[in-house]
Amino acid sequence: MSEVRNVVIVGSGPAGYTAAIYAARAQLDPIIYEGSVTAGGALMNTTEVENFPGFTDGVMGPDLMDSMRKQAKRFGAELVTDDIVEMDLSGDVKVLKDGSGNTVKAKSVILATGSAYREIGLVNEKRLSGHGVSWCATCDGFFFRGQTIAVVGGGDSAVEEATFLTRFAEKVVLIHRRSELRASKIMAERAKNNPKIEFLWNTEVIDVLGADKVEGLKLRNTVDGTESEQAFTGLFVAIGHIPRSELLLGQITLDNEGYVICEDRSTRTNLKGVFACGDLVDHTYRQAITAAGSGCAAALDAEKFLSH
Amino acid sequence: MATSKVTTASFDAEVLKSTTPVLVDFWAEWCGPCRAVGPILEEISDEYGSKIKIVKLNTDEESAIAIKYGITSIPSMYVFVNGEVVKQMVGAKPKPALLKELESFLV
Repeated sequence: MSEVRNVVIVGSGPAGYTAAIYAARAQLDPIIYEGSVTAGGALMNTTEVENFPGFTDGVMGPDLMDSMRKQAKRFGAELVTDDIVEMDLSGDVKVLKDGSGNTVKAKSVILATGSAYREIGLVNEKRLSGHGVSWCATCDGFFFRGQTIAVVGGGDSAVEEATFLTRFAEKVVLIHRRSELRASKIMAERAKNNPKIEFLWNTEVIDVLGADKVEGLKLRNTVDGTESEQAFTGLFVAIGHIPRSELLLGQITLDNEGYVICEDRSTRTNLKGVFACGDLVDHTYRQAITAAGSGCAAALDAEKFLSH
Repeated sequence: MATSKVTTASFDAEVLKSTTPVLVDFWAEWCGPCRAVGPILEEISDEYGSKIKIVKLNTDEESAIAIKYGITSIPSMYVFVNGEVVKQMVGAKPKPALLKELESFLV
């Protein structure tokens, strides 16, 4: 395929779809690679989003993404349900390869690949993944009906997961290595008032116990260092995310945590014609609305770049 | 060949007594990653149906089988040969990654 597109968008959360809506309306004829199994991004594994402006009564994460997708399509964005597996972003013409082996060329690229779940990094966490260790409460909560399970983490996603899991579990213990939650006040209050949720403060998980399935956790108190074991049949890990920037290594300037570094307040990366947005660049805010905002900025930056 | 649905009643005949390897996709309607990987499994079934049979087990409707095999995350994709689980995959994966995992069954 020798056609050179104006813009290729890689990734499809709120950032990618918003970039696609703006680029399509600017008649840049964008093509967006949504990801073969990650289309819609992190919000696909959430339930109700209560803080996206314009939705008075909240909106389900997957429904919000479906609406953004349809909106992008309505303005003519070309949607491809595949992954980008290779990128050469250095030249004036960027060359990208998808998971089916097709090549696409473009004058500009908008990176919106988001982030992946962070693992605790324990050998037994990996070994028992799918046997009691999970990263997706909405997928797997059902299997823990009437059981006592642990959620590790202290941010919004940990608190949301813990609250969601009380629909199924008998008891949910939220394990956090600090003495207070990072989650938003309203969500933290809701969790604290939930009779099925207990808190283990100043505690970290140092091992996952069980031969074929999770039977318990080995814990360490972060203040006095004492270790203990407690019985659980499930562990949900919600300790944050890592940016999906592995394909960019050696091409795009990343910070020491792997986030793409942008110029000033723009979405411009160190390479001409390459823009980045969403969770891929954002250590700080990480909200659906900030991701959408930065996706809009990336499309406007790309449009400006293409007009010169 | 399209994937087919397997139930608790048909599991023995369709999976355990099958003469070809069988991939059982444990899934549910409300699971986003399950819906994402569904069409990929259909494609693999269309392309490699003579080598591996792909069946779908709805964990909501057929929880007895899901419990029997200790399923706690979906999608879980288990490969059965001669009635034994010989491979376990957990979580949605892109097609090339799934094909690589299933390589030894597709030759």
